[in-house]
Amino acid sequence: MDSSGSANADSDPHGAQRPLSPHLSVYRPMMTMMMSIAHRITGAGLYVAMALLTLLFIGVGMGGAFYAAFGWLGSSAIGGLLVFLITWAIYHHLLGGVRHFLWDRGLYMDPKGREALAIGTLVGGVGLTVLTWIAKSLAG
Amino acid sequence: MVEFTLPKNSVIAEGKIWPKPEGATALREFRIYRYNPDSDANPRIDTYYVDTQDCGPMVLDGVIWIKNHIDPTLTFRRSCREGICGSCSMNIDGVNTLACTRGMDEIEGVIRLYPLPHMGVVKDLVPDLTIFYEQHAAIEPWLHAGADPEKERLQSPQDRAKLDGLYECILCACCSTSCPSYWWNSDRYLGPAALLQAHRWISDSRDEATDERLDYVDDTFRLYRCHTIMNCTKACPKHLEPAKAIADLKNRAIARA
Repeated sequence: MDSSGSANADSDPHGAQRPLSPHLSVYRPMMTMMMSIAHRITGAGLYVAMALLTLLFIGVGMGGAFYAAFGWLGSSAIGGLLVFLITWAIYHHLLGGVRHFLWDRGLYMDPKGREALAIGTLVGGVGLTVLTWIAKSLAG
Repeated sequence: MVEFTLPKNSVIAEGKIWPKPEGATALREFRIYRYNPDSDANPRIDTYYVDTQDCGPMVLDGVIWIKNHIDPTLTFRRSCREGICGSCSMNIDGVNTLACTRGMDEIEGVIRLYPLPHMGVVKDLVPDLTIFYEQHAAIEPWLHAGADPEKERLQSPQDRAKLDGLYECILCACCSTSCPSYWWNSDRYLGPAALLQAHRWISDSRDEATDERLDYVDDTFRLYRCHTIMNCTKACPKHLEPAKAIADLKNRAIARA
C-alpha cells in the first residue's frame, strides 16, 4: 500500500495560500478531550515535579547549601501548595492511565461509559488528593 | 506540528452584518465564516438573520435560505439533504456534524458555522479534502482476494454482521477534522475516518490482505497518533465508533506481534 502523498498544488493556484480554518478556538470543549489535555499537562508537570522532589530529598539528606536551595519545598507555604498540586497531578495522571488502559482494551467506550470514566478521572483525582491530605493532617 | 494559533492569513476579522428580512416575526441569527479566495482579505464572520417562518427546520435549510434570499455568494457543499451523501459537513455550534441533519431548534441562541476545523479553506464553508481522500485511498478500500474467482465469494450472515457499524461511513470527514491529534499531524496520522475503513476491510471475512493491511497501519504515526480523545466518535453523524475501531486495530496489531 502506497504511503499517501501531499496535496497537488500544481493544479490549484490557491492551494499554497489557503487560510487554515479555526480549530481549538471554535471546537466545543468535550469532557474526554479536556481530560486528554489534562493528562498531557499533569504528565509533563510530573517530570519537573519528580526532579524537584528528588532535589528536596537530596537537600534533606545533605543539608547545608543544598538544603538552603531546596528546603523551601518542604517548609514554606508556596512549597506546601506545590507539593499539594503534585499530589493531585500524581492521582489525576494515575487515574488517567487506568482510563487509557481500559479504553485501549476497547472497554467502556460507549456514551455512558466514556463520560463516566472522564468525569471519574477528574472527581477521583481531586477526591484522592483531599483524602490524602486529610489523612496526613490527622496523622499529624 | 502542534500550533495553537492560526497563521497570519487565517486570523478571522469582523465581517458584515446583513440587514434583517423585512416583515419577519421569527428571526434566527447566523454567524458564518466567510473567505473569498479572489480577494486578499482575511477570513471574516458575517451575520445573517433568517426568517424561520419561511424556512425549513434544519441548519442546511437556513444556509440555503440565506443563499436564496440574502447573499447568493455564500458558498457551501450540499446534495442529498438527508444525511447520506456527507457533503454538508461543517462545524456547527462548536461540533462537527451535517447541516442537513442538525435542527435549528437543537441549538441555543446564535447559530455559528465554520468550515471543518484545521483544514485549508477553498471558499467560505468549503474545505480542501484532498489529503483526507488520499488517506482513504491509501488504505485501499476494496476487496483484496486474488483474481478471477471460480465462484461467488460467499459470506455467512455472522461474518456479514461484523461489518455493521463500519460500512455505513459516508466520508463526511466530521470525525477526522474533530480530532486534535489529526489537526497537529494530518500529514502523517491517517485519522479516524481512514482507520475505520482500514478496520472495515480487515474485518471482512472475504478479504485476504489482512496482514498487509495491518502492516500498513501498524506505525507510530499512521495508527498510534490516536490518543483516545474520543472527539471522533462523539462527532460522527452516523453514530459510528471510529475510536472503538482504532482500539480494535491496535489490539489486532499487538496480538499478532
